Order: sequence, then structure tokens, then C-alpha cells
Amino acid sequence: MISTRARAWLYPLTTVTVLLAVWELAARLGWVPRYLLPSVSGIVVRTVELRALVLRELMVTLWETLLGFGLSVVVGVPLGFALVSWRAFNQAVYPLLIGSQVVPKVALAPLFLLWFGFGLTAKMLIAFLVAFFPIVINSAVGLASIEPEKLDVARAAGASRLQLFWLARLPNALPMIFAGMKVSITLAVVGALVAEFIAAENGIGRLLLNANGNMDTELLFGGILALVALGVVLYLAMEAAERLLLPWHISQRVQPGTRLDAAP
Amino acid sequence: MISDGASSGMSVRTREAAIAQPDGALQPLVEAIEVSKRYRTQDGTIAALDPVTLVIGEREFTSIVGPSGCGKSTLMRIVAGLLPPTSGSVRIGGVTVDRPYVGAGIVFQDPTLYEWRRVLENVLLPVEIQRLDRAVFRRRALELLDLVGLTGFERKYPFELSGGMRQRVALCRALVHDPPLLLMDEPFAALDALSREQMNLELQDLCSRQRKTVLFITHSIPEAVFLSDCVVVMSARPGRIGATIPIALPRPRTLDVLGTSEFGRYTSEIRSILASWGVLRAR
Repeated sequence: MISTRARAWLYPLTTVTVLLAVWELAARLGWVPRYLLPSVSGIVVRTVELRALVLRELMVTLWETLLGFGLSVVVGVPLGFALVSWRAFNQAVYPLLIGSQVVPKVALAPLFLLWFGFGLTAKMLIAFLVAFFPIVINSAVGLASIEPEKLDVARAAGASRLQLFWLARLPNALPMIFAGMKVSITLAVVGALVAEFIAAENGIGRLLLNANGNMDTELLFGGILALVALGVVLYLAMEAAERLLLPWHISQRVQPGTRLDAAP
Repeated sequence: MISDGASSGMSVRTREAAIAQPDGALQPLVEAIEVSKRYRTQDGTIAALDPVTLVIGEREFTSIVGPSGCGKSTLMRIVAGLLPPTSGSVRIGGVTVDRPYVGAGIVFQDPTLYEWRRVLENVLLPVEIQRLDRAVFRRRALELLDLVGLTGFERKYPFELSGGMRQRVALCRALVHDPPLLLMDEPFAALDALSREQMNLELQDLCSRQRKTVLFITHSIPEAVFLSDCVVVMSARPGRIGATIPIALPRPRTLDVLGTSEFGRYTSEIRSILASWGVLRAR
């Protein structure tokens, strides 16, 4: 008998192993040419060989991502709050904000490079541009959606507007803000990568383009692998932060495999 | 700041001294004079509460019973200073209420605990807001939690508690800063019948020990009679006070009082008043 816990690991692991085995076999037996689909082992060997390079470029991308994401949080949360608490500002800015989401943000990347040069600033801003919207919306929704009675409890005790914000509205909104940040951090990686594709001296985007130009498909896969690892690590870091900061929330979340119709 | 702690300690003492002084005669603590509430909607104005006058003496336990939507909660929110009345005025201890009245502890039908705070931190919320001496009131919070049987749960989060326990925490939070006035809006309506009787006993115990003035809103006629010195019966929308019935049952009241003929007389009197308005109809 396999426990449910073990199964949650075992099943996806089996799927991945089988897929990789078929891939390896297909490459070894020459079903696909190597420059299109190199073998798994080849990819691993090549990536390990060039690990110093991959890691260095990855750090550049990570840095751009974190800066863009950090800016999204610093701008997004206050902007969300302003939208909720300041009516005139909401009416003036909200349509613009929604409208701006129709613009494919990636299309603005060349413009940003033109404006801010080929350095870190432009990459950070492009990552920010792609990543900040979910944080704004989630912050606004989170801050607005508090039961009035929760505010009344604090008001009745004589809470000032500032206290209402710090003691009630903000903590109440944190789960929503965190949900937005989880979406946003993976988007920030995309933003940074796109910026690197267009113009960069280094970063994983540059590495991918170089590998492509040299027909080094193994390294190309290595770069993609590095990006996957980066995304997973960032997401897990967000989860860990959430677990640490919102222990009361984590335990109430729907766990995978929970039947939504079943009573708790 | 040193003066901060000293003044908060003092205010508790003076309050107790003030309460201890005149025994017997009830000074009015709450005076709601001709208060009404109208809401403007798309289809014109809606009267939630017709002009109502309600006076509650110091240390008196007053209940309001009435059908849903009769404006009971509106009246309570006006008394608390959470909602400005359309007309009329509220005075508490002789001072006009024009902002949330800090000397009141409020309990709603939902516990409305902050789920990001542990039990003890929830109870200490008013202390934090009013910047009172944390050490002093922490002790008081622990005493209150002990009084309602929640010792050992101080570090739990609200989601780890049952509904009854949560409502007990809400009660402690309302009492922690030692407000002279308790405002309770159907506080036990969401509890099962047994927990409810238990909470009624505990509330009576708390109020007699801590000498509170209470405005208690309920749907339950027996609950109102059991707890109160005075039951106010309100009519349906727009709310009006129909009758005020003093309850002369001796205290402390035990659950045995529920079976006495006197208790039955009070409940049937209130029922017949509501029936005469067509709220309760006989078949």
C-alpha cells in the first residue's frame, strides 16, 4: 500500500522519468537530429560543463527580475490602496490602468530601451511593466474587501484612519497581495528575459540567443533549464515568505486534492 | 512615556470609584433622544428608524427585542457613535456622542475577530488602539479569558476555535479596556441552543461582577427576559419603541428561573405585544 503523501510525489515523478527516458532514447537512436533535440544526458553534460557561465548569466537575470518585482511591490501596493481610498484618483487613473493592459507590454520593450539605454534600468523597468498589474489589482481588491464590521470593531475602540489601515485593512489584504505577488514574480522573469532578447550584453536571454546562433542546442536547453529552476526557486521563496508571514492564512487555504464540495 | 501608563491606570480606578459610590438610584448613562435614521436610495428615502427615545440607567441591563429589520441594529450603531442619526442626539454620561464612543465595548453577531491575530492579541486590540499600558491590560485579558474558560487558548488563531469560543473571545475583547457600557447586537444568535444558554449564564456572571451597563439586542424573548432588568419591544420598520417592560426577577438568576410562572408571564406578555402588531400570528 502506498500512502497518499508518497503517491503525490511518486506519480508525477514517474511521468517525468518516462518522458525523459523516451526523449533520451529518441535522441540516442537518431530519430531526431541532434541540433533539433539533443539527448537529455548531452544537455546535462554540456550544462554542467558550462555551469560557471550559466550561473553567471542567471544571476544577471535574477537581479533584473528581483529589481523589477521589488519595484512592482513598492509601486503596486500603494497604488492599489490609492485606488481604493481616493475616489477622484480612482476615476482619473483606473480606466487608464485598465486601458494600459490592452497594450502588449512586450511591444513597449524596444521603446524603453530607447528611453533608458541598454543598462540595468531599462531591464528593471520592463520587468516592472510586465509584473506590476496583478499586484495593483490584488492590492485594491484585498484592501476594499473587508467586512465593515471588522472596521467597526476598531472604530468603536477609537481607531484613527491610520490605525484602521495598519491594524485592519492591510493585514486583511495580505493574502490577496501575496496571491498577486506570486503571479507577478513569474511575470517579472518573462519581462527581464524579453528585455535581454532585445538588447543585452549578458543575462540568460543573451545566452539563449548566443547558443541559438552557434547551433549549440544543448546549451540552449541548459539555459531554459536554468530559467525553469529560477522560476521554481522564486515561487517557492514566495510560498515560504507567505508561510512565515501569514501562518493563519496558509492553514486555511485549499490543499491540493481537497474536494471543494466536501464539508471541512 | 510614563504619564501614559499612569493615566490609564488611574482612569480604571476612578471609573471603579464612580461606580462604587451611589448604590441604589440609577443615574441615566445612555440617553438617546428622538433619534431617527433615514437612508436615501434611488427610490426616495427609506426610514430605518422612526424617532425613538431610549434611556438606560447606569448598571442597567436593557434588551431590545423586535422583528427583523425593525432598526434595532441601527439604533445600537447610533448609540455607539458608529452611525450618525438623521435627527435627534445621543448622550452618554452627559456627553453628546458625535464620533465612535470609546467607552463602549461592542459585540456583533459574528465574532469579527481578526484572523491574523492570535486570541490574546485579538483581545488586546482596543488596548493597542487606545495605547493603554500593555502589561496591565495583558493581565486583565488573561483574567477575562480565564473567566470564559479559554485558558490555554491564548496563542491559538481564531480558525482553530469553535464558534462559541470565538464569540467568547469577542466578548473578552469588548470588555478588556473596562468600558462602562457594553453594546451587544445579537451576540449569541449564531450559536447552538446549549452554547447559548451557557453564554447567557456567563454574561450575567460577567456583568454582575464587572458592573456593566448593557444594551443587548436579540430575537429571543426568553433570552431577553432572562438577562435583562428592562426589555424594550420594538415594532417593525420603520422601527418604533412599542413597550418597555421592567423585569423584576431576582438576581442572580439560574436556569431554573426559565421554568417559573413569573418568567412565563413576562415572555407571554412580550409575545402578546408582538402578536398584537401582527408580528407573531396565532393560528
